[in-house]
Amino acid sequence: MAHLDRLSGNEAVAVAMRQIDPDVMGAFPITPSTEIPQYFAQYVADGLVNTELVTVESEHSSMSVCMGAAAAGGRAISATSSAGLALMYETLYVAASCRMPIVLAVSTRALSGPININNDHSDAMGARDSGWIQIYAENNQEVYDNYVQAFPIAETENVRLPVMICQDGFITSHAVENIELLEDAEVKSFVGTYEPKHYLLNPDEPLAVGPYDVTHYYMEHKRQQAEAMRNARAAILAQAERFEALTGRKYGFFEAYKMDDAELALVLMGSTAGTAKAAVDMLRAEGRKVGLVKIRVFRPFPMEELAEALKNCRAVAVMDKSEGFSACGGPLFAETRSALYDLETRPKAINIVYGLGGRDVAVDDVRALYDRLADIAATGETGPVYSHIGVREEA
Amino acid sequence: MAYNFKKELEKPERFVGGHRLCAGCGAGITLRAVMRALEPGDKAVVTNATGCVEVSTFMYPYTSWTDSYIHTAFENAAATCSGVTACYEALKRRGKVTDNYKFITFGGDGGTYDIGFQSLSGAMERGHDMVYVCYDNEAYMNTGIQRSSSTPRFANATTAPVGREKQGKQQDKKDLTAIMVAHGIPYAAQTTFLGNFRDLHEKAKKAIYTEGPCFLNVLSPCPRGWQYDTALLPKITQLAVDTCLWPMYEVEDGVWHLTYEPKKKVPIEEYMRLQGRFKHCFQKGNEWMLEAAQQYVDEKWEALLAKCR
Repeated sequence: MAHLDRLSGNEAVAVAMRQIDPDVMGAFPITPSTEIPQYFAQYVADGLVNTELVTVESEHSSMSVCMGAAAAGGRAISATSSAGLALMYETLYVAASCRMPIVLAVSTRALSGPININNDHSDAMGARDSGWIQIYAENNQEVYDNYVQAFPIAETENVRLPVMICQDGFITSHAVENIELLEDAEVKSFVGTYEPKHYLLNPDEPLAVGPYDVTHYYMEHKRQQAEAMRNARAAILAQAERFEALTGRKYGFFEAYKMDDAELALVLMGSTAGTAKAAVDMLRAEGRKVGLVKIRVFRPFPMEELAEALKNCRAVAVMDKSEGFSACGGPLFAETRSALYDLETRPKAINIVYGLGGRDVAVDDVRALYDRLADIAATGETGPVYSHIGVREEA
Repeated sequence: MAYNFKKELEKPERFVGGHRLCAGCGAGITLRAVMRALEPGDKAVVTNATGCVEVSTFMYPYTSWTDSYIHTAFENAAATCSGVTACYEALKRRGKVTDNYKFITFGGDGGTYDIGFQSLSGAMERGHDMVYVCYDNEAYMNTGIQRSSSTPRFANATTAPVGREKQGKQQDKKDLTAIMVAHGIPYAAQTTFLGNFRDLHEKAKKAIYTEGPCFLNVLSPCPRGWQYDTALLPKITQLAVDTCLWPMYEVEDGVWHLTYEPKKKVPIEEYMRLQGRFKHCFQKGNEWMLEAAQQYVDEKWEALLAKCR
């Protein structure tokens, strides 16, 4: 039976980790994810888990520890943010290409410089093409639920890819919310035991991991990896279905909020969805046909499904909580506009970069965006396609 | 049981032929000799840093390793091995692994003295039951003989070349073994190939079978980087030891012990003369280089003798 508790997003992740009881955690502190290894270290100290906690000297080493452990035949976890994730980049690629089902909790935070400890998505977005599955959460309940589903997705035989479970640093990682937790036994049963086919510590069959892969083989291996990411789509939906049967909470690639007859829509990720939903509710009460799509799964990107959800809209604003420096918009915009391209008649689309380094976005800011979309729909004039909100003209 | 070279060679090889290391390469000799020190009944997982050994011994789809093997990146071999050992502990507690495993990491001097130094230091401090073996060939040989912090002073390297203003590497070699000793690990040693390999064998065995983190530094010459006739490899390692440039010693629980003392200390220039990387040191006007090299060896040797007494 599920029970209610009041937890921060970080603690919710730590509780899920304890319930799963993985074999190895590589741990290194960085704000705002530090609480996760702190809570977990206490579980280890109290004998509540079997996990070996390896308190390394850097995030590069924490992901390296995870790779060693995953190759050896165990479940491996870590948690990080910002510069910590950036320091892992090389190893993120290796973990994904070696097809290691590692789960990494990311409490997202701005990247330096200048140094800033508050939330945006520039850290996780920088790792978007590293070959990891990326799942984002709006609130504490979602990050807990996503974490419980992560290992079954990662370990699916035709996937075997690592998973990043992302939540917004401080906004959900530190905010305490009411949350419904599964019983330990329910989580253990949902996740099951890990029985890898090939692993270093198999006494009957030695294994060699991480070869020098010459031109004659590399491309075949990369295509297999790309196929695994395509296969992840079905695995994510299959685990969401199992999870719904257990909890009644429904998950998919994204949440379409009041989109059935929406003419104006936002596309966004993470905690800002909560703020934006409040704006949608207010505007709906005024009779305006507005909705939003909250992306849950950014990798693999649900291109066809997103196009289908947006096809009847007249104007769409894609909100990026990271600055891509492409000079033409953020990463979520690039993917979304690409998804819209295949539609016979497509909505006008603009990109809004917002909330960098913890800059707040309020309900009124979101309402103003819908007003702008209404103008675009009425005039057919997009105006500036790529712009920033909540920013002063002078620093 | 007394060491018997012939008996040791009769054991089944754990690191087998077919790899792509150069003729006259010291690294392959190090790998084979260290792996020979494992008890035949024990299983092992080998971790390897990126480098000559990695690209030459595990080129998909072939491997020279009969034991399980993992390579992930250049600077993280010790951390990767930490993850393997941690998983071994966790799986043993769950009853999922019952065999006895040993954990051996191999890295070149680039992956050990330089880019992998932090990861190595972390692993040694945490105390994993593992042995880290550096096959020290004194430069980044895999990328084409660039200087490392292990390259000796005056040696010609492609990023410390011999030119009109500067001739070879300007700095002395980092004393990594001493730094590893300073970590307070239970066993650290230096060795190389000598005679019947008894010194290397016994140190490898101690490193593998001493509980906790152990470190072995094996001077492993590189014919391309050092520019020697491949047939001269045993002579070069013998001279490295007899000149006291590469002393053979071990440190057990903080106690320093010399395992080989040359009967007659050979002048360093005899070692340098066989290697093209020191060719410029023998040109007229560069006599001071040979003198400085000799002075460095003498000072280091006396300091070591003081520690070993």
